[in-house]
Amino acid sequence: MTPVFTYTKGMTENATSYCPGCTHGIANRIIMEVLDEMGMLGNTIGVGSIGCSVTIHQFMDIDMLESAHGRAPAVASGIRRAQPDKIVFTYQGDGDLSSIGTGEIVHAAHRGEKFTTFFINNAIYGMTGGQMAPTTLIGQKTTTSPEGRTVEQAGKPLRISEMLASIDGAAYIERCALDSPAHVRAAKRAVRKAFEVQLQGLGFGLVEFLSTCPSNWGLAPKDALVWLRENMIPYYPLGVIKEPEGLK
Amino acid sequence: MAEKVLMKGNEAFAEAAIRGGARFYFGYPITPQSEIPEYMARELKKRGGAFLQAESELGAINMTYGCASAGGNVFISSSSPGIALMQEGMSFLCSAEVPCTILNVSRGGPGVGGIQPGQADYFQMTRGGGNGDYRIPTYAPANIQEAVDIIYDAPFLADEIRNPVAILADGMMGQMMEPVALPEPKKQIMPEDVAAYKPWALTGYNAKPDGKRVVVKSLRLQPEMLEQHVEMLFEKYHRLEKELVRHESVDLEGAEIVFVAFGTMSRLCTEAMEILAEKGVKAGLIRPITIWPFPYGAFDEIDYGATKAVISTELSMGQMMEDVKIGVSGRLPVELIHRTGGMIPTSIEVAEKAMKILEARK
Repeated sequence: MTPVFTYTKGMTENATSYCPGCTHGIANRIIMEVLDEMGMLGNTIGVGSIGCSVTIHQFMDIDMLESAHGRAPAVASGIRRAQPDKIVFTYQGDGDLSSIGTGEIVHAAHRGEKFTTFFINNAIYGMTGGQMAPTTLIGQKTTTSPEGRTVEQAGKPLRISEMLASIDGAAYIERCALDSPAHVRAAKRAVRKAFEVQLQGLGFGLVEFLSTCPSNWGLAPKDALVWLRENMIPYYPLGVIKEPEGLK
Repeated sequence: MAEKVLMKGNEAFAEAAIRGGARFYFGYPITPQSEIPEYMARELKKRGGAFLQAESELGAINMTYGCASAGGNVFISSSSPGIALMQEGMSFLCSAEVPCTILNVSRGGPGVGGIQPGQADYFQMTRGGGNGDYRIPTYAPANIQEAVDIIYDAPFLADEIRNPVAILADGMMGQMMEPVALPEPKKQIMPEDVAAYKPWALTGYNAKPDGKRVVVKSLRLQPEMLEQHVEMLFEKYHRLEKELVRHESVDLEGAEIVFVAFGTMSRLCTEAMEILAEKGVKAGLIRPITIWPFPYGAFDEIDYGATKAVISTELSMGQMMEDVKIGVSGRLPVELIHRTGGMIPTSIEVAEKAMKILEARK
């Protein structure tokens, strides 16, 4: 009997703790697929963060560190000093990266740190139960914006990728979405490109994944994909925001 | 023994850390210890390591967490408010059993406080400001030579116990110059040997002899697992309480007054003891060299038949006094002589205050 589908090498066989319909699992998987295709699983160190990805080391079957809220880019900068020849990446959600961790991510980009950040943006705090994030859309209801986010109350949603792209040390920034097979394939290509930028020593790289949070959005998984497409993509446009010239 | 050289405290501390095996430094400028990052910026690269100026002390402690988790031997320094920012990371380092050496060249507080020497970080260093159950062995040297010897041993001690090791040196020690003999550089662990020496370090699993992956973490959602982990940590801390505790006792026999003091304050007490001797009053000193673990056992050495007053002598509002009271255990009342906010008493002032306390007891 020929198996038609198997576990991804680089992913453990543990059941993930992500909710049904959440796209974290897809992001985890494509990162591991790319590392496997590059033959780099055993030469990679990953840094998880606080939020739904805090247990990511149970699913990614590589050397991993679980960092404090927002601090993953500082941790990765430290790892890079001790292990200059390894692939190093951070995996951070929007509550972690775009709020409590803005200092660390800005200065990692500013120094042109040679690691890659995967930024999961689902416009809400997932793990803590659906509070407003800096990325929450105007009008979006969360437990801390029960009437819907307003500009007066919390300003306009923060576009992290565009902000970081304005920093010289950031070499490669691309925003992808995980709402359709075509977009997932494009996201996987972006992951590959980000790792190539790191291996070629061209500077800091970040791939943003627009993701769903059906549980905290209060939507069925299928409806969550539609909501992402209709609401998030218009505000957070997809595509390469910045690319280094010397990329081979 | 190496030839003595005249060095500023901060520079001697930095050199001692490098000679002791530290190769990585992450820090943020803060008075009165900025000579340390400056020294590291000049030296570490040419000695096979790396210096990185962090965006904040939060950044610095988390860079330390990453670098040390990946096998780097890390020495960091800051001063009081900067150490406060680092406390978050210290809790993580302790839980994940990741070693490093942390030097606090302390100043007056609270808040931004001032930049003059202080010892009001006693609680911060011995009780910690980070969350959860953890401990950090903390040394309180009294002169630059003693600080150099302690800092020189710290990087390997931290590796051995897989926990941060801290040194509390007040701003006076960082800024003054003293003759010091620097020990010979220790053999350092090369990056290619990290996986063999530190099987727990993040190197990518291909580098591991057994090919097994490593996870560095502190999250344990099941309370049973977390309790078990903390109990395991405390088995280690209880062992360290016995193995690391250090103090110096001076002239306790027949002493009417016993000063308890560490760091700069202990030197003033030594001078005060001479002044008191001239007046015919015998005084002794208990000088904790480790402030965690605190040398409670030293208080059994007091000549309780002769001693009328035990005086905690501090550059704080009496933070150490609580430990002194535990050590004395009600055998005598414990008194306090102190200045704070960056003010330092003269030895004459200490002697006069001690005399008053003694007279009130007679």
